[in-house]
Amino acid sequence: MLIEKLQSRFLDAITPGDTSRGEEVVIVPRERAIEVFRVLRDDPDFAFNFLTDLTAVDWLKREPRFEVVYNLNSLVLNHRLRVKVPLPSGEPWAQSVVELWSAADWLERECYDMFGIEFRGHPDLRRILMYDSFVGHPLRRDYPYNKRQPLVDEVDPVTNPLPMSR
Amino acid sequence: MALPARWANKTEASDPADEIMEIQMGPSHPASHGTIKFNLKLDGERIVDCDVEVGYLHRAFEKMCEQGTWTQAFPYTDRLNYASPCINNVAFALAVEKLIGVDTPERCKYVRLIMSEVSRITDHLTCLGMASQEVGATTVAFYLLEAREFLYDLVEAVTGARLTVSWCRVGGVTHDLPADFKQRITHAFQSLDGVLSDADKLLSRNRVFVDRMSGIGEFPADKAISYGISGPLLRAAGVNYDVRKANPYLVYDRVDFEVPLGERGDNYDRFNVRFREMLESKKIIEQALKQMPEGPIEISDPRIVLPPKEQVYNSIEGLMNHFKLVIEGVKVPAGEVYHAVEGANGELGFFVVSDGSGRPYRVRVRPPCFLAMGALNQILIGRMLPDIITTFGMINMIGGECDR
Repeated sequence: MLIEKLQSRFLDAITPGDTSRGEEVVIVPRERAIEVFRVLRDDPDFAFNFLTDLTAVDWLKREPRFEVVYNLNSLVLNHRLRVKVPLPSGEPWAQSVVELWSAADWLERECYDMFGIEFRGHPDLRRILMYDSFVGHPLRRDYPYNKRQPLVDEVDPVTNPLPMSR
Repeated sequence: MALPARWANKTEASDPADEIMEIQMGPSHPASHGTIKFNLKLDGERIVDCDVEVGYLHRAFEKMCEQGTWTQAFPYTDRLNYASPCINNVAFALAVEKLIGVDTPERCKYVRLIMSEVSRITDHLTCLGMASQEVGATTVAFYLLEAREFLYDLVEAVTGARLTVSWCRVGGVTHDLPADFKQRITHAFQSLDGVLSDADKLLSRNRVFVDRMSGIGEFPADKAISYGISGPLLRAAGVNYDVRKANPYLVYDRVDFEVPLGERGDNYDRFNVRFREMLESKKIIEQALKQMPEGPIEISDPRIVLPPKEQVYNSIEGLMNHFKLVIEGVKVPAGEVYHAVEGANGELGFFVVSDGSGRPYRVRVRPPCFLAMGALNQILIGRMLPDIITTFGMINMIGGECDR
């Protein structure tokens, strides 16, 4: 239902995903993503006002290697949609959706921290769960779970200014 | 010792009262239960800027889930929100079952529902107890934690552990409710009723408490929705969104309960919503106990559920079955699924991806309090330093869930 509506609106930009488990899934190229998301949020037919979750999956052996996964929910119409945006391994970046849903602020920071995906247009893209001098991105499939990190120098909190929100 | 440059350069004439002071509150602060750091810029006691640093309790939940079988992920889920571990267990089990495409027997659903609601009450008791202690009401904290002990006794009677329950499995639960569960829960609810009525009398019209909570930490509904806040925090702002009503799972569509709502979205509303939710949970449990049928507590598919011990020890099929399931794990068909339940803190969702092997390819948890923490600096900027304590208490950050 939702997918047909979206397809009639965007024609070639929307590829239906695996809906065999009763969930609505679409795949959108990253160039069109922000435009699609804007309609999904603002059009009263969709009214996806709630960004439930934003994460990524690393398909190490496939190309495009990364998939950013947006789980959307409409508190108005009580329906859900999953949007997936594939990203090639060479340049893993996606457009930030912070301007549409503020929840994306921390979710995109986490995704950047864990997968090294750059969110263009994010106002404050820095690590969130890991520390700044952490090497690598732990949730990538080629990061060994038992890898050791180099020791880091002690940082004097007095001489180093605090990170601040914008 | 030489002073840092930015202090040494201060001229004599500058008035300290005009200065913006930078302080770091945390990561181990006696008034914040949970390891978290606030980088604050203060003008007097007013918060000019605030940056919330999380991640101190990061234990690589999602990474470690990819290393074992699906069943081996259950102990990790206990350690997400450790104030209500049964709900995490249930949420993960439901997600994996949805991915496989199986449905559990009726009794299993009721058992899961009852334990989820017991956990919701323990979670709210923890949150309210700690929050009231931080504003000076230590008596209430001890009352509420005492009531929580009665419920933990119940959890222990069912699962064998108080916190690290690891009690759900793909396709069922490990233990049924004990035979005397009804008597036990009636007894526990009697003490809970007394405690809640005492706590209500001690707090709801208490001048000190109301002054610290009412009108503090307000967050309007539209902003809360944009920040992805769910659960009691969103309902305190007046938005009627509860996963148990919006997308009923288990047997929530067969029980009758109300969704308590607030109006202003301040800390007092958040407190009240949680308080009334405990009474609703009690109602749900009582109805579920009446409706619960007899029957098996797990599905009988040998590819998913471990065979009974008699078969393992006495037949080669049973032994092989057991061996294959333990070593290789449940073979979950390739695909992906998102399943959400109403956790004590809000929408708790699992996004699980399988590549068809016995191990998860990706397990993602949607942590409700992580998103609430993302909005915390917006709630706090412009408010007073002591407001951090009550607001942070009402957000009920659980380190294990927020940092994973």
